[in-house]
Amino acid sequence: MLLLLVAHLLMALAAPALVSLFHRRAFWVMALAPASAAVYALAQTSRVMDGDYPEQTVSWVPSLGLELAFRLDTLSWFMLLVVGGVGALVLVYCSAYFSATAAGLRRFGAVLTAFAGAMVGLVTADDLLLLFVFWELTTVFSYLLIGHYADRKASRRAAMQAIVVTTAGGLAMLVGLVVLGEAAGTYRLSAVVADPPHGTAVTVAVVLLLVGAATKSALIPFHFWLPAAMAAPTPVSAYLHAAAMVKAGVYLVARFAPAFADRTEWKVLVVVLGVGTMLVGGYRALRQHDLKLVLAFGTVSQLGLIVLLVGYGTRGAALAGLAMLGAHAMFKAALFLVVGIVDAATGTRDLRRLTGVGRRLPATATVAALATLSMIGFPPFAGYVAKEAGLDTLVHGVGVGDGWADGVVLWGFVLGSILTVGYSLRFWWGAFATKDPLATSTARGAHVPANAHVPAAGDVSARRARNASRAADADDPEAPVDPADIRPPSILLVGPPAVLALLGLAAGLFPHVGEAVLGPYADTYPDGEPGHLTLWAGFGAPVALTLLVYAAGILLFRQRGWVERFQASMWDAPEADRVYRRTMRRLDELAADVTAATQRGSLPFYLGAILVVLVAGPGIAGLAGWSGELRVKAWDRPAQAVVVVAIAVATILATRARRRLKAVLLVGAAGYGNAALFLLHGAPDLAMTQVLVETITLAVMVLVLRRLPPYFSDRPLARSRWLRLGVGLAVGIVMMAFAVVAPLARVATPVSVDFPAEAKEFGGGSNVVNVTLVDIRAWDTVGEISVLLVAATGVASLVFLRRRSGEIPRAQATGDLSAQETVWGDVPDRGGALRTRGLPDGADAPRMRPWLRAEQTLAPQRRSVIFEVVTRLVFHSMVVFALFLLFSGHNAPGGGFAAGLLVGIALLVRYLAGGRYELGEAAPVNPGLLLGTGLFLSAGVGLLALLAGGQVLQSVILDWYLPVLGHVHLVTSLFFDIGVFLLVVGLVLDILRSLGGEIDRQGELAPEDLDRGPENELELLGPHRTGGGRA
Amino acid sequence: MSGYLLAAGGDPATPDAGLSMTPSLALVLAIGVLFTTGVYLLLERSLTRVLIGFILIGNGANLLLLVAGGRAGGAPIVGITPVEQMSDPLVQAMVLTAIVITLGLTAFVLSMAYRSWQLHGHDEVQDDLEDRRIARIAAANQPSYEDTDTEESGSLDTEAPTVRDETSTLGRDDRRRRHPDGGRDE
Repeated sequence: MLLLLVAHLLMALAAPALVSLFHRRAFWVMALAPASAAVYALAQTSRVMDGDYPEQTVSWVPSLGLELAFRLDTLSWFMLLVVGGVGALVLVYCSAYFSATAAGLRRFGAVLTAFAGAMVGLVTADDLLLLFVFWELTTVFSYLLIGHYADRKASRRAAMQAIVVTTAGGLAMLVGLVVLGEAAGTYRLSAVVADPPHGTAVTVAVVLLLVGAATKSALIPFHFWLPAAMAAPTPVSAYLHAAAMVKAGVYLVARFAPAFADRTEWKVLVVVLGVGTMLVGGYRALRQHDLKLVLAFGTVSQLGLIVLLVGYGTRGAALAGLAMLGAHAMFKAALFLVVGIVDAATGTRDLRRLTGVGRRLPATATVAALATLSMIGFPPFAGYVAKEAGLDTLVHGVGVGDGWADGVVLWGFVLGSILTVGYSLRFWWGAFATKDPLATSTARGAHVPANAHVPAAGDVSARRARNASRAADADDPEAPVDPADIRPPSILLVGPPAVLALLGLAAGLFPHVGEAVLGPYADTYPDGEPGHLTLWAGFGAPVALTLLVYAAGILLFRQRGWVERFQASMWDAPEADRVYRRTMRRLDELAADVTAATQRGSLPFYLGAILVVLVAGPGIAGLAGWSGELRVKAWDRPAQAVVVVAIAVATILATRARRRLKAVLLVGAAGYGNAALFLLHGAPDLAMTQVLVETITLAVMVLVLRRLPPYFSDRPLARSRWLRLGVGLAVGIVMMAFAVVAPLARVATPVSVDFPAEAKEFGGGSNVVNVTLVDIRAWDTVGEISVLLVAATGVASLVFLRRRSGEIPRAQATGDLSAQETVWGDVPDRGGALRTRGLPDGADAPRMRPWLRAEQTLAPQRRSVIFEVVTRLVFHSMVVFALFLLFSGHNAPGGGFAAGLLVGIALLVRYLAGGRYELGEAAPVNPGLLLGTGLFLSAGVGLLALLAGGQVLQSVILDWYLPVLGHVHLVTSLFFDIGVFLLVVGLVLDILRSLGGEIDRQGELAPEDLDRGPENELELLGPHRTGGGRA
Repeated sequence: MSGYLLAAGGDPATPDAGLSMTPSLALVLAIGVLFTTGVYLLLERSLTRVLIGFILIGNGANLLLLVAGGRAGGAPIVGITPVEQMSDPLVQAMVLTAIVITLGLTAFVLSMAYRSWQLHGHDEVQDDLEDRRIARIAAANQPSYEDTDTEESGSLDTEAPTVRDETSTLGRDDRRRRHPDGGRDE
């Protein structure tokens, strides 16, 4: 069975190429796929009838318990035959139906073949979840096929409606399947049905399953999508919306009926849905003028009937239902194909315009007559056999359910059959009869009031649409067709429906074959006498009822004009279709309301909501459950108290500060306080890192604040201030509670207990924190430095706007004279007059060697000789010390992070002393290169260990004795740390270049420079380029 | 308050033996102050203040991690501190990367503030215009987007003649059967 699916898949994939090669004839090749399914089913007939059901199981997702389980029992065998047989015939029909120049046949062929495959999977799946997967696949393919003419509004809307309705039902069904699987302890379909679980949850699951079946099989109140789906090409209507897909819901009901049909909720739902659908569909079919719509509403009616029979729960009804399923697949598919022929031959499906078609197309009319008789339930056709079996079992009132159910079902069945006779006759008459002009005009007379309700309902657009469609047609759209124009269709068109119609006759002539084949499945139902399929069961109530059905049906047909007028005057109940559209509209409005209520667009609101949830949820609710003892000690070390007081003062002052700079400095002070707390806690690495980071942060913030207004904007926030303070206090108190409870709540021994020993033994280092970073938790570190890389890239992209790679500002290499003495030249040069050069310009005299390489680019008033000298002296020392930290970090405080930050500070000092050209001189590399190399080294080292046969990121310890250096102890994780180092240097360099150098450059850009600068630079920089404050 | 037991601070040279997890009140207070002030600033509209609030919260969170990680002790360096007196190295590794990431985030928000100032002349976070628009639409019960497919138009009856397949012609001339627009949208 898996092979069948693969065949369909391959065929679907090949379909576009096949259509390109063979054009319409490619459908013959595609027909091989469903034909193979039918042939396979036939080949397995004897095994299936012997009860030796073929099974196949392939493990799929073992962790989810999901497997590709297939099983071909009687029901699956029967469905496979229907799906494969009708599918092959419809595909053959397609090869002649579409015009040679029809658009989109590649996609159409592929999707239709894929649909056949999904259907094969659906009916053979023996796993609940697999069943759902195929179920949804058929929904999706159906959507694509209904929307085949995507440029038509009707198609798009019908497709959207179908997928919304059936997917909603599918989701309900999924919940039901999962509940069922969990309750049963297995997802194997056959096992669940064999030993059905019990309980309230199962009751809910069963109802959800029926909801899924009702949406798929177009039962009320979801029936409206099926008539609308007639916007699909006619072969699709024949296959999906008559023979195959809509039968999936029936299949589901038939599949689970043996397990659940004795439940009250099942019985009530099946009876109400079945009888209701049967009557609504039949009633509305009587009024339609489009042949496809007549058949579509007829299908709705028949689906109600079949669901009623297979779901009723008795063996006799089940047998009748299965027979009806097969009979319906044959006659309804045949009739749709016939409508396609009539449509192709005459250009219309409007039964008011068709006349004389039967005389011009006698073969087609005969085929249609055979199928119609089967639909009516006329002997000796399959439809008759099925209906008789149904009547027989219902009349004999098996007494399974309550009395009311039997009565409702029987009379609903009879009434539905009467309607069926009425619309069936009207269909054949409408399609093929020769109508005299008077009769046609009568029909048209009936048509006017029939449509009169539409404008009466205030629907102006409907009138407009109708007028538009009229105006679009040059001819009178309501003129009868001229039979003389009709030519006989090709055998490829008439053949498939003829085969189906004759099969319907054959099945009716040999009813015992059907009984022998379908009986075994019907016998798995728990209740009732076994039914029989026969042409003649003797005189009795069923015969009388059948005659009544014929008589009333013929009367209904003869009085069709009156029926139409009656319906037109009566039909005021809201159509389900409209209810659906209004519901969707309300849903949209509800979504908009919810969005408006929750998505306020205000950042403080969002953050506040998150924080309030934090306080209310984990805070109050979570902490309320703490029952242990609460203990605190005043301090670990007395100095902590002093530092904490300092932090508190600094932060509280920072919140009150109105000057940006003041706030930033105070926060920096608090940060240094944190470093002190780290040190007191016994975390020298943290303290060092915090000090370095705080320094860089402080400097960078000051760099940016140069450009921002000096004061925070004055906003009247007095009212909300108390609210914010309240939220802040609540969060602070909750966090304090966490801080007290978290350490006390620990019950397990920390994993880090073993870290020191592991660090020494495997990591080859003494500094446990550093070994943790580069070895024990190295993957975490890789992730974290990736975040740094992203942040650095983000900073550069936000500030550079265009590209950050490319030129690095160099003092000498560029020879850019415009850079001479211009950097930071935006301050009045008050001391300019006092400053004189030692020698007149142009004198070729020895000059003092510059302390910094780019110092001549700096505006003279901004230069500080002392700063330049100090920078010159400390820069290299800092870099050397950073390298020391890097290489000793494995055994002493330090490591890649600290070393990188220290180099960053050294670069910062160079930048502050000499401007952006000096930064370019100090680090003439692209930060992107550093970032990339760093990440590559860190992650790449891990792969090295993999090559050496170890695990990813495992350390290898190498000890050598070198002649001069002596003992060398090398741990490969050093390279990891070097990677971290490079990446952090790259981060700081990127920050300095962006928030320092580039902001400088943008600030110095005078409007007159724009001609030389990149185009539109001023626009990119925004209107407030030069309006900033000066720090 | 009977559940509270204020223990005296331990001698730094000899922290509690074993795995005493009693938190230090000083650190707890620091956490409280940092979170309170941090949240207070975070709920502002000025990006600079939001950023400062974020830094303060970050500092508080780092301290929280440290406290949750357990007792204070000596530096976790083998050979310098006896293993049983070490502070927990795992939280320190976590906090260390958190500190550096805070630096990256600070720089990022700063550049956003700078960019916002470039474009708007201030660094304040404005309400989202699209959200405001949706709120207006919701208040007026208008459709939130244009979708001609869902508007109510004709019934099935009136639409059916406009839906025809591209069929073969069966020998007839094309004049009568082909609708000029094939039912496509106007």
